This record gives sequence, C-alpha cells and structure tokens, in this order.
Amino acid sequence: MTEFLSALANYTFLQHALLACILSSIGCGIIGTYVVVKRIGFLAGGIAHTVLAGMGIAYFMEGSPLLGAVIAALFAAVFISFIKLRWKQQEDILVAAFWSVGMAIGILFISRTPGYSVDLMSFLFGNILLVSKSDLILMMMLDIITVGIVFLFYKQFMAAVFDEEFARLRGIRIEIYYTLLMCMVALTVVLLIQIVGLILVIALLIFPAACAAQFFHSIFKMMLAATAICLLATMSGLAIAYQPDLPAGATIIVTAGVFYAVAIASSRLLKQLQKKSVAN
Amino acid sequence: MNPIIEIDNVSFSYSHIPVVRDINLVIHEGEFLGVIGPNAGGKSTLLKLILGLLRPDAGKITVLGKSPDKGRSRIGYVPQYPAFSRDFPINVRDVVLLGRLGETRWYGGYTQEDRDIAMNALKAVEIDSIWNQSIDSLSGGQLQRMLIARALASKPDILILDEPTANIDVRAEEDIFALLKQYNDHMTIIVVSHDIGFISGYVNRVACLNQTLLCHTTSEISGKTIEELYGAPVRMIQHIH
Repeated sequence: MTEFLSALANYTFLQHALLACILSSIGCGIIGTYVVVKRIGFLAGGIAHTVLAGMGIAYFMEGSPLLGAVIAALFAAVFISFIKLRWKQQEDILVAAFWSVGMAIGILFISRTPGYSVDLMSFLFGNILLVSKSDLILMMMLDIITVGIVFLFYKQFMAAVFDEEFARLRGIRIEIYYTLLMCMVALTVVLLIQIVGLILVIALLIFPAACAAQFFHSIFKMMLAATAICLLATMSGLAIAYQPDLPAGATIIVTAGVFYAVAIASSRLLKQLQKKSVAN
Repeated sequence: MNPIIEIDNVSFSYSHIPVVRDINLVIHEGEFLGVIGPNAGGKSTLLKLILGLLRPDAGKITVLGKSPDKGRSRIGYVPQYPAFSRDFPINVRDVVLLGRLGETRWYGGYTQEDRDIAMNALKAVEIDSIWNQSIDSLSGGQLQRMLIARALASKPDILILDEPTANIDVRAEEDIFALLKQYNDHMTIIVVSHDIGFISGYVNRVACLNQTLLCHTTSEISGKTIEELYGAPVRMIQHIH
C-alpha cells in the first residue's frame, strides 16, 4: 500500500489513473442508478459491446478510438431505444443481435489493421494505466454533459423511469427522455470502458448502484452513494492490482463484486436484526 | 351545464376483437358519473380512450373541446393497478409530486409551491403523516390514497378513477367515496366500478357499459337493466351508510 502511495506521488500515469477513477465514478453513480432502478442492464450491455465496432473502425481509419466509441455508443443507444419503444416483442433478440454483430464488426476491422494486436486486449479489458491527458479531458466533458442533463431534467427522468403511463398523461414525451437516457448510458459506458474495458463495463455500471439500492430508498441518495462506492471500488482495485502487477480492470471488477456481496449480506443481516428487535 | 367530455360514436377493438362499440356519451361539468359493467365490458378501455392512451377506430372524443392528448393535462387519473413496481426507491411525497409535472417549471427540481401542493393533497387524503415513507411499506388503502393525491396534485378539472376501491376494505371504501363527493363541488368526477349497489349512493348518473352503452340514467337502476348488463339476474347487495 505504501509503495502504491509513493508511486502515486511520483508517476503521472498513476495520477492520471486516479483522476480517471474519480471522473468515471461520477457518471457511473448517476447513470448506474437509472440502469438499476429501470432494470436495463441488458440494454446497457448491448450498447457496450456495439462500441467495439466504433473503436475498430476508428482504429482502422487511424482516428481516435475513443471518438469512434462515442459515435458507436450513441448510434447503438438511439437504435436500442427505438427497439424498446416500437418493437418491444423482439427486444431481447434485437439487443442480442446488436451485442454480437457490433463486436464482430469491431474484431473484423481490428484484424485488418496493420500493427500490434495487443490493443484489442485493452479495448476488451481496459487499460487504466494508459489513460492520456486528452482522454481525461474528454471524460470530464462527458461528466459535465451527464450531470448537466440530469440536473435539468431530473423530474422528467424520474417520471419516465418510475411510471411511463402517468408521465405520458402529464405531457412528458417519453420517447425523447427515454432516448436521451439511453444516450447518457452510452456516454457513461464509454467513460467506464477507459477503466475496465467493454466486456467488464456492465459490472461496474451496475454493482455500485445495486449496493446503494440495498440501503437507500431515494434515487438522489442512491446516486451519491453509488458514486462513492464506485470511487472506492476503482481506487482500491487499482491499489490492490499495483504491487503484484495484476490486470487493473479485472481487479476492480472483482473488488466491486465483493462489495456487492458484502452489501447484500449486510442488508439481509440488518433486516433480520430489525425483525428481532421488533419481536422483542 | 357545459359539456366537458364528448364521446361521439366511438368504437375500438384490440386486434379485431371489438371491445367497445358505438358509444355516445356527453359528460357535463360538475357531474359525478359512475361507469358500471361486467369484467371485460370495456370500462377501462373507455377510460383509456378518454385519456388518449388508446385511439378510437371510429368516432371522435373531445376533452374540454380539444383532442384527448391535448385536453388530458386537465385530467387527474387514478389507475386500477399502479403501473410502477412497489420496490422502486421513492417515497410517498415524491410520487405525489409527479402530479405537478406539466404544471411546474420544466427544468431542475420542484419548487416550494409544488411541495406545499403535494403536502396539501396528502392531507386531503389523510396520509400526510407518512409522507416520507418509501412506497414498499404502504398498505393497499394507503397506496390507493397516494394515487388519488397524485391525481389531485395537478389541480385537475376532471378526476377519473378506475376501480378505486377494488383492493381495499369497505371502511376505507366509504371514506374514499365521501372524499370524492366533497371534491365533486369543483370537479367533474368519473368513477369506474363493478359495485353497482355501492356507488349508486354517491354518483348522480350511471353509465352501464357492456361493449355498448346500455343505459345512462339518473334514476335507480332496475333489476331488468342489471339482467341485460350481466346476462343473468344479479342479487343487489344493499349497503348501509
């Protein structure tokens, strides 16, 4: 641990990694909460895997993979919300199609790109130690957009995720807010891919908010708690991975998984204790 | 009395199975209308047509002279079954505040005025003491009152309730109808019920619906109408108030 801290003081790549943890936790806490309460983890997974197509194409064309990821994620978000709103019957099949075809396209483009194929691994599993300054700036911009939109439309999003029918009756255009929400899920997925890669991103999106849901009964409190939990999971995962040189993304996910298991167990225990004290 | 909802020759079917046929009904301002009929007789469908959640295959509906999706902002709607899941992390007041949507500012959080209106609506249905409880802890009656408070929070001209007392006990049922009677002073109320004997003591007109509108009468419902409506004689149960 002390070694991690002294390295942190000396190396910019670790400072960047830590900043990346902080920036991604903000998006993760806010949007992860919506994903958990609306139960759209599967749709978020579809978006995450489609991102590889954008990254692969950008990589092939020697553009910025991160920008390619943003474009592909937004494209997938708009299509998947359309599926959800219009072709609800085939939702699972269509999302699965996006999921796998998106990945396949990405792999095809990457295989045709001359050069070292180790980059594929960092797309899939993330590489938090390679986060650059320009990545950090883009991450910060994505955070500002997410926080700004959620602040402006907090009421509308609440109505849309809680009770679609009633929201519609009160004049909320569900289609617009649902698509907007999915676009923000897409941006958050891109944020988190920097940290843990696109295969593991769903776990990081869901675990912190699912932990928070065990203890908090308000969306706003869940967002704050999930942000804190995400920050704790990513930073401690990074610290644990540093000395034995473990893959940081995988370590972070295992840490978040342990947090979730502990949260479930302790909330069960808490409920039983409360029942006992009521019985006495 | 001004007409507030006009239903003109309306028919609707779910994938070729007709649910309601040739409905003609004018509801006037200040009325307390009871809609009765057997299960699958089209009662909830008629409400959804008025609310613009479904579009008629034929005929026309106007709400306050406008199309349903324009006029429905003046309607407070209390559904038969809540469309949300009970384990959603939200408290009673925040559910009621959703009734302020469309009436309050479009950006940011709610105003103090919204919160005051929500608390007053909770007081009106007598559950203001549990305003900060999360909704998974509510009883059936409390949940129903919360839904009524949510509808009241938008300060509607028309209140539409779909089987508001289906899941609660008789005592709470009487309370809720007494409350509605009070609100009828300044609101048009439409209530769907399968309990003919009970609502006739509160409403001032009854519409009997079994695919078509069989009657809309202000007088006592006769045994013959009931037989026509349900296809068999039904024993009327006398409720004593």
